[in-house]
Amino acid sequence: MRTVQPRPLPMRLLRARPGGILPILAILAVLLVLVALRQPDFLAPPSLMSFLGRSAPVILLAAGQYFVIVSGEFDLSVGSLVTAQVVVAARLIDSDPSRTWPVVALLLVGGALVGLVNGLITTRLRVPSFITTLGMFLILVGAVYLWSDGAPKGGLSEEFRRYGRRAFEDVPVLGRVPYALLVLLVLVALAVLLMRSDFGRTLVAVGDNPRTAELSGVRVWRTRTIAFVLSGLAAAVAAILLGGYSGVSFQAGVGLEFGAITAVVLGGVALGGGRGSVVGAMLGALTLELLFALMNFYGVSGALRSTVQGAIILLAVAVSATRNASRQGET
Amino acid sequence: MSVRSLLPARRPVPGVFVALALTLAIGWLVVTIDGGQLFNQSTTVSLLHVAAGLGLVAVGQTLVILGGSLDLSVAYVISLSTLVAAETMNGSDGAVLPAIGLALTVSAAVGLLNGLLVTRLRINAFIATLGVGLLLKGYLDSGYDGPAGTTAPTLVQTLGYQRVGPVPLSFLLLVVVTGAAWFALSRTRFGHHLVAVGGDPTVARLSGVRNDRVLVTAHVLCSLCAGLAGIYLASRLGSGAPRVGTEGLYDLESIAAVVIGGTALAGGRGGVVGTVGGVLLLAGIDAIFNQLEVDAFFKQVIRGAVIIAAVAVYAHRAVRKAAS
Amino acid sequence: MSDPRPVPLLALRGIGKSFLGVRVLHGVDLDLAPGEVHAVVGENGAGKSTLMKIVSGAYAPDDGTVEFAGEARVFRGPRDAQRAGIGIIHQEFNLLPERTVAENVYLGHEPVRRGLVDRREMVRRTGQLLASIGETALPADTPVGRLGVAQQQVVEIAKALALDARLLIMDEPTAALADHEVELLYGLVRRLQERGIGLLYVSHRLTEVFDLSDRITVLKDGHRVDTLWTADTTAGELVRRMVGRELSHYYPDRAGPDDLGPVRLTVRDGGNRKLRGVDLELRAGEVLGVGGLQGSGRSALARALFGVAPFTSGAVTLDGAPVRLRSPRTAIRAGIAYVTEDRKGEGILARQSVLDNALLAGRAVFAARSGRTARTGRARELLAAVEVRAAGDDQEIRFLSGGNQQKVVLARWLALDPRILLFDEPTRGIDVGAKAAIHDLVRRLAREGAAVLMISSELPELLGMSDRIVVMRDGRIAGELPAGATEEQVVALAVDATRERVQ
Repeated sequence: MRTVQPRPLPMRLLRARPGGILPILAILAVLLVLVALRQPDFLAPPSLMSFLGRSAPVILLAAGQYFVIVSGEFDLSVGSLVTAQVVVAARLIDSDPSRTWPVVALLLVGGALVGLVNGLITTRLRVPSFITTLGMFLILVGAVYLWSDGAPKGGLSEEFRRYGRRAFEDVPVLGRVPYALLVLLVLVALAVLLMRSDFGRTLVAVGDNPRTAELSGVRVWRTRTIAFVLSGLAAAVAAILLGGYSGVSFQAGVGLEFGAITAVVLGGVALGGGRGSVVGAMLGALTLELLFALMNFYGVSGALRSTVQGAIILLAVAVSATRNASRQGET
Repeated sequence: MSVRSLLPARRPVPGVFVALALTLAIGWLVVTIDGGQLFNQSTTVSLLHVAAGLGLVAVGQTLVILGGSLDLSVAYVISLSTLVAAETMNGSDGAVLPAIGLALTVSAAVGLLNGLLVTRLRINAFIATLGVGLLLKGYLDSGYDGPAGTTAPTLVQTLGYQRVGPVPLSFLLLVVVTGAAWFALSRTRFGHHLVAVGGDPTVARLSGVRNDRVLVTAHVLCSLCAGLAGIYLASRLGSGAPRVGTEGLYDLESIAAVVIGGTALAGGRGGVVGTVGGVLLLAGIDAIFNQLEVDAFFKQVIRGAVIIAAVAVYAHRAVRKAAS
Repeated sequence: MSDPRPVPLLALRGIGKSFLGVRVLHGVDLDLAPGEVHAVVGENGAGKSTLMKIVSGAYAPDDGTVEFAGEARVFRGPRDAQRAGIGIIHQEFNLLPERTVAENVYLGHEPVRRGLVDRREMVRRTGQLLASIGETALPADTPVGRLGVAQQQVVEIAKALALDARLLIMDEPTAALADHEVELLYGLVRRLQERGIGLLYVSHRLTEVFDLSDRITVLKDGHRVDTLWTADTTAGELVRRMVGRELSHYYPDRAGPDDLGPVRLTVRDGGNRKLRGVDLELRAGEVLGVGGLQGSGRSALARALFGVAPFTSGAVTLDGAPVRLRSPRTAIRAGIAYVTEDRKGEGILARQSVLDNALLAGRAVFAARSGRTARTGRARELLAAVEVRAAGDDQEIRFLSGGNQQKVVLARWLALDPRILLFDEPTRGIDVGAKAAIHDLVRRLAREGAAVLMISSELPELLGMSDRIVVMRDGRIAGELPAGATEEQVVALAVDATRERVQ
């Protein structure tokens, strides 16, 4: 023992402790090896780049869900928000390229607004967040069907779609770099910076112990509400990329909230808040996507995705629960 | 100490019945002005049918919520139960009893799994039942594209469509199940212990209650209720339906009915009678909207809002109570 | 002292107990006869509650034997002791407010007929039980949440009696009762005595101890000082035996007259749900000690000043100007810091790093004011200055000792340069070395011009550290003592030994 001193950064990142990213990196590596054995082509730069681009929306949703979960809440409305955004975008743009940018702005504002409402209802009216966001889920799905009379209308402009499906072709070494991947990289950097900022640390503090945070001057309700807003914004960006990639449908966002929660848990983030990194959550999403790809290579039905997600959630939570129980003796 | 507070404990009529009466009265007025009829035979019958399905699930949900737990897997259990029942019967009347037995056994097994995850592995009930729900969803998604199996005609004719006056047989089943649950809560040790575990697990344990066993039992009963709802839906639809539970939003709606019925989401307070009130309220709103020919999607928006608002009202009351 | 009655109900012989190597009970003997009220008194930390937990089966003793009804017993847990006939009434009731009196009394052993709970029988038996202790006005089918505190206590007692308790432990039974309710409790205790039930009565209130008990055992620092016949002793004698310890270490010098600065904070007639008519003045450069029993309003005072549960009446001034401290955030902005009593629940972020814990308040309240690098540098300096011992500042704080955790919490507040510091039991659960370091730090802060308010249950600490002491009782300030006051004076104010005895 000695008095405190800073430790070099790489050491801190790699220390195997609860909430660290080492376990998820190990799982990712194993999956990569399995993929390499079964389908070596997949790891060739162009296909790998495409895979990363395709995974971008899910990774972003995982980041959004991370902000909410690490602060001690849940957001189950993101899937329906993505659906709503895609359908709304198609109807508003109505294949008119000049409307692209105003609609993109509108989607971002809309996503933030839904997050704000989720956050305020949860923190100010003290409704448990799973009820708030499941209620929001109903409202969004109902509203979007209502607004479009049961079938998607209009269409997306090519300007809108290119972020989801176009790439810089003929890039040296990498082959092609999807726009979505660039969007992802920029937002990953922002997310990492955010979590290293005062706000990010305060967000984790709120999830760890809201009483301590409140007594140290944190406005807990405000912090959590911002987390919901971030989740809404992430859903908006994911909707733009997904709409571009796979087009307009009422199925666009179905089940994405469960995928995001699974990814976050897989990335070592504690449900209930206070532990885990945003990088871990995003790696969790990547791992999950890779796992689904692998299932595909091995000919496993895609319909079993939910079962895999359920098993991962139960396993990850059970492992961390038993680890915590055995750890309690230490303090 | 005031005199009123020492009056013997009539458990108060939950406010939900007042809300129910008001809703039906206003709904009747609006529908009548609109030129329709709210309480004719066919609307009443369909209201009670809706209430029967949701009610069976919600009564089971009440038990776990009273114990301080929760079950988000009910929607998938319902779908699974319709399939197990319909596929086992395969249209033959002779297989009705084994089919029902099998459907209930499968449901009970899911409940047992939920209960063990919550008590033995100490996984938060929300996560545990969500995870189990996803496991089932994957099975349903991969195994079924659409309706499967055929419900035996006798079951369709009886549980599905038979009525006593305007009251469907299924609603009578709900009444019986509710009565049984009420009886279990007030007249068995299990019921007393369940409410104690939900109210304060430490007090219960120190008083000699075996908390884990009680909670596991509650989860099994909850899943059994969902399984029963599945059998009812199979006899209503004539076949097994892999999406009926999720499309009917039975998970969220059952929780909403329980909360609207005055049971505390944190456990320890409430009962099944209030829940049935909550179910009738949700079914009543549904019937009124149907009569007004309100768009189905608009109905869903309203439902979401009603659920959030109801929970908010109760949360607000709980906070005020804690402050006084 | 020998017991005149032949077989004692309870006989404790040489009970010893240690926690983490710290001995909290040393060879304690105690006898209790059927129908006797035996009071156990002693300061906070004297070992009363540990002793009671051993009797009620919550702890196993390290040394010595527990004989109950003539048999040596080893209880495997509270349930085991309950079944043997030992009931304990805690200060916090173990009742379900939503359930009826009868349901609470018979929880876990409901009367059953043909497999079903016989509600009528349950209500009838509860009524009988209540009547047998003279409570005929209490309906057995009322939800407990609707009852007053005194009646809830009756229900707790009935719950113990339903298990055929022959020995009842009452832990500060009057702490939550109003004066007229105390009278009711007296009657109840008498009736329990008449039934031959032995009572172990733990209380700080000497009035009750003298009114109710047959004998009194005095504990101090885990030792039994003496067992006295109540009739043969006086309140003064008792207080003298409870106090008077050796100073365990030296305290830093107190403030001299030159150290005292201007008045920083005043409270006039401050009140809220837990406080009444509080008048207080706090000067720069002084350490104001706050003494009193658990629940006397000490923590409520700190929480009111920090805006956690603000004053709802009265006036507060800060440096002469009126202020409204309506949230921790406003208090922090006004230059106030608060080190809470419940370190784990309210002080630390268990799973965050030492550095994150130290930076918490600065990040939250003054995020815009100073640069991040500067703030982090300052926090590291402070962590070093208060000599936090850890494997690194990225270590999770939960792995640190209590003393080091407390130092991190201190560093968190020092980073804000507070002008007023509120300490609630700053050295509870902290080893001796860290304790002295925290004492030095508190004094140094005062010397540098901070106004310090320090709550402590530990009399030597209170007396050793304070330039002035206010003692609280029942939500009021019962009195003020100068530096150099004696333990006896503090205890006398806290337990109200001067009050007339009720006959």
